[in-house]
Amino acid sequence: MSSTSQPGDLFAALPETDEDAQRRLHARLTAAAAEAGILDVAYRTVDSPLGPLLLAATDQGLVRVAWALEDHDRVLAQLADRISPRVLRAPARLDRAAREIEEYLERRRTAFDLPLDLRLAAGFRRTVLTHLAEIGYGSTVSYGQLAVAAGSPRAVRAVGTACATNPLPLVLPCHRVVRRDGSPGQYVGGTEVKRALLGLEAAA
Amino acid sequence: MSREPFEKIVARHGPVVLRVCRAVLGPGGADDAWSETFLAALRAYPTLRPDSNVEGWLVTIAHRKALDQLRAEARRAVPAGDLPERPSRDGVPGGWESDLWAALRALPPKQRMTVAYHHLAGLPYAEVAELVGGTPEAARRAAADGIAALRRSYLTNQEDVS
Repeated sequence: MSSTSQPGDLFAALPETDEDAQRRLHARLTAAAAEAGILDVAYRTVDSPLGPLLLAATDQGLVRVAWALEDHDRVLAQLADRISPRVLRAPARLDRAAREIEEYLERRRTAFDLPLDLRLAAGFRRTVLTHLAEIGYGSTVSYGQLAVAAGSPRAVRAVGTACATNPLPLVLPCHRVVRRDGSPGQYVGGTEVKRALLGLEAAA
Repeated sequence: MSREPFEKIVARHGPVVLRVCRAVLGPGGADDAWSETFLAALRAYPTLRPDSNVEGWLVTIAHRKALDQLRAEARRAVPAGDLPERPSRDGVPGGWESDLWAALRALPPKQRMTVAYHHLAGLPYAEVAELVGGTPEAARRAAADGIAALRRSYLTNQEDVS
């Protein structure tokens, strides 16, 4: 091929990446996708004193909350797999959830008032999640007590699994479920975060 | 069969598709073509075969959107010379929105497209030919003619300036 057919630096003036344009076009895309009803999963992150939180919502409601320990990239891949690959960073749909979580973490809110989409939990795990909402701010129950409340007193281990796989931690307060001896036990966001949340609620 | 979140597709391929849209349509039409391309891609994404060449797929959609725009412009039948000059948005004289686009706009659309699809998006001439029609050899010649014309009209100007 002759040298004159090679572009060389002909296109040097045309930027390879134009951050401003990408931001503008991305916002336009998410708005058009929402308008067209094909924004299946919208997500954003929130910087909290306890680390970054990932929030994701379908058009039904908040579908996933994840602490950094869960690896946000992996969580997004799971959402693409289990719900739809039409996943976009689109903060607008999460505005209310982000605001309520910020208020909670600043002790200005004790209960969440958000539409929830529980599609990521099925069967007994889902039953356990619905009972989590009954544990009031600042109080705790044991895994055994939650098993009783969920109608399966002997399913203590399954209750532990349901909490460990809670798709909506914080909003469905699995951090209020502790060991029988009162020690915090494990948490999907890490034991330190659980201790901090129990401390935050106790101080209120 | 899993597909990665569409957000990753936008992040990875958005810049190249914008560069292609800009080279083919200029500053006036590039944003619209990019937006229509990615909205159409998002719509079809769940049915895209997981082993597909995503960038080639996106450029194919962008090509169709570009053709739509060029046809609409032709219907409006405004002679190219009468289009208003758009000021360089970054305020730099000689930015791509003035000099480079002026040189690209002077090319026949097929040369502009083959240059953009091969040299900016990296599509092999066989795939470029599938988009613009004709044989791979004809696509290679169109791209070479386009590059040669740009060298004459654009690079010569640049050298005169410096």
